[in-house]
Amino acid sequence: MRRTLAVLLLSTLSITACSSNSSSSSAGGSSTTAAASCAPASGPVTLTFTSWVPDIQKVVDIWNQANPNIQVKVQTGPNGNGGTYQNFFNQLKAGNAPDLGQIEYDALPSFRVQDGLTDLGSCSEVTAAKDQFVDWTWNQVSFGEQGHVYAIPQDAGPMAMFYRKDLFEKNGIKVPTTWQEYADAAVKVKAAGGYITNFSTGDPNQFAGFAWQAGAHWFTNDGTNWTVNLTDPASSKVAAYWQDLIDKKLVSAVPPWTDEWNNAYNTSKDWTWVSAVWGANTISSGAPKTSGKWAVAPMPQWTAGEQAAGDWGGSSTAVFKGSKHPYEAAKFALWLNTSSEALTALNKAAALYPAAKAGTSLPALSEGVPFYGNQKIYDVFAAASAQVKPDFTWGPTMTQTYADAGDGFKAAASGTGTLLKALTDAQASTIKTLQSQSIPVKG
Amino acid sequence: MTVLTRRAAAMLVMAVCTVYFLTPLWWLFVGATKPGGRGVGLWFDHFQLGSNLHAVLTYQDGIFLRWLANSIAYTVGAAAIGTLLAAMCGYALAKYRFPGRETLFNIVLGGVLVPATALALPLFLLFSQAHAANTFWAVFLPSLVNPFGVYLARIYATSSVPDELLEAARIDGAGEVRSFFTLSVRLMAPALVTIFLFHFVAVWNNFLLPLIMLGNQKLFPVTLGLYTWNSQVDQRPELRGLVLVGACLSLAPMLIAFLSLQRFWRSGLGAGSLK
Repeated sequence: MRRTLAVLLLSTLSITACSSNSSSSSAGGSSTTAAASCAPASGPVTLTFTSWVPDIQKVVDIWNQANPNIQVKVQTGPNGNGGTYQNFFNQLKAGNAPDLGQIEYDALPSFRVQDGLTDLGSCSEVTAAKDQFVDWTWNQVSFGEQGHVYAIPQDAGPMAMFYRKDLFEKNGIKVPTTWQEYADAAVKVKAAGGYITNFSTGDPNQFAGFAWQAGAHWFTNDGTNWTVNLTDPASSKVAAYWQDLIDKKLVSAVPPWTDEWNNAYNTSKDWTWVSAVWGANTISSGAPKTSGKWAVAPMPQWTAGEQAAGDWGGSSTAVFKGSKHPYEAAKFALWLNTSSEALTALNKAAALYPAAKAGTSLPALSEGVPFYGNQKIYDVFAAASAQVKPDFTWGPTMTQTYADAGDGFKAAASGTGTLLKALTDAQASTIKTLQSQSIPVKG
Repeated sequence: MTVLTRRAAAMLVMAVCTVYFLTPLWWLFVGATKPGGRGVGLWFDHFQLGSNLHAVLTYQDGIFLRWLANSIAYTVGAAAIGTLLAAMCGYALAKYRFPGRETLFNIVLGGVLVPATALALPLFLLFSQAHAANTFWAVFLPSLVNPFGVYLARIYATSSVPDELLEAARIDGAGEVRSFFTLSVRLMAPALVTIFLFHFVAVWNNFLLPLIMLGNQKLFPVTLGLYTWNSQVDQRPELRGLVLVGACLSLAPMLIAFLSLQRFWRSGLGAGSLK
């Protein structure tokens, strides 16, 4: 009885909040109360949701049809770093942020630091959903804080090794299972007239995935202070390893996502790519001439017999500060990222690889893929997803960190620096940026 | 002989410039005819412009056509009204003496120095206050004003609309508004075409304002739409090709505007430079 009363009271509160949205500050104030309670609204609700997943509208239409009382309006735009994140920050400032937004894992901390996210920890449906997601993805959205959840995991980018099965077989080279074997194979591939892979210049994200696998901890947050450590032993080891391959000219070094890059794979110049699950489509569209000749194996390991993977990419659905309906927003976000109908639709629309455990057994992800010789490649990624190290944290200024590290990587690939120096410099500039934004950081 | 070599040299410079400016366009056109946006190279292989066009125009229920229509609505509407405003303002500054005239003109000129990009964020905050962000008006209204147009209109009105003629019109009993629309506008026509074209290009290319203002895909201009597609390429590789074809298509309205107004434009620029 008392609970019903409380709910009634709260819903009246949220209705008042709705009708009196004259000034943004008062709206923000009352929504904080609602956020802390996570109570359902009494009447029909309309939510706004910004996402750059292609054809997201079709997925949302499924929800809207089944939920006449919680209608979701889709807004869209370019990908996060292409402008949508900046729009989110502008909208948070102006008080008209959407209820929900798509945010990649590596951008979540910047929104958390700016206090732009609603803590969904008080929504019991959300906390109860923890076990439905692969462990490491949950850590990405809770920042390891007990009882706090800042977003619902959407998709993941577990990494594995794409390789040219035909070329490895023809030349009698063993498919590497450790990084040592990978370096040995690189010499043989070079002798056979190819490159084992391309080291992506100017794009440190792949390297971050390698460091993640090796057990790096680039950022840690003890509750008040950030610590930046791009050159911890694991990262240094990975940097030295790739520096060696670059120095010996065993890898090609063209910019990623270019015709040049596609061409290197399409003409069988590059033989492997250690990349995320979404890379499967990148290769098949960029290198159509090599169809049927590829296969997928787990990422090479640092120690034989170990089973560790890194992650490259992935995003979440967050509820913004100022949303008047966090309960309904959370409900929609959970449906979007756990129900098999939504996950199937997302996979069909944009090849998203689900962060939900159940998603890895979707029919579309259990079939053989012709481009990969009908191998059931997603089985490899399902295993990899479970092996991603759970305790990697992104920093609050990743755009800047990536940009600075990327500049250094470009220099390293052209022989005027080293990867380790790039990381050292990026670390210094990251600490400087954090200080300039008054984010507490241990020097 | 020397005349011939001099001519040849001039032709060579022209040819180099032509190649320099047209190569990217040629590349774009060739890229748009290839399957799946395999943009490498400057010559055709697997010519399939027809099916590429079909793919662009039908993707996501033909959203591209909607973007093109939006761009034309923003651009033609804003350029037409903007030109009228600039003409009236410049004309008033040129032909009427009133206190503060030069100060006003200098303030308008100062506006030329403020880049549109710097105004996008303040405009967003203003429109948010008015609950009008993410609407057609959020992009349309700020596009109406054009200080450079006012400047051009004033210069041109000073030189091409004789005071004696206005005097005569007044004596004949024409009101100020009537003599502006029937007399001065006609005399200023070449300048107005110039202003219209400048404004047209500026609004067509204004990218940051719609990027910041709009979240509703149905309101996007074609520039923002193509940019959005381009940023989704890693999830939908086929968009690579669509972006090329779309970019090629989106040149059409600009080409049409330039070619049809070119005649006026040349005389307008020429006349302005002599005075």
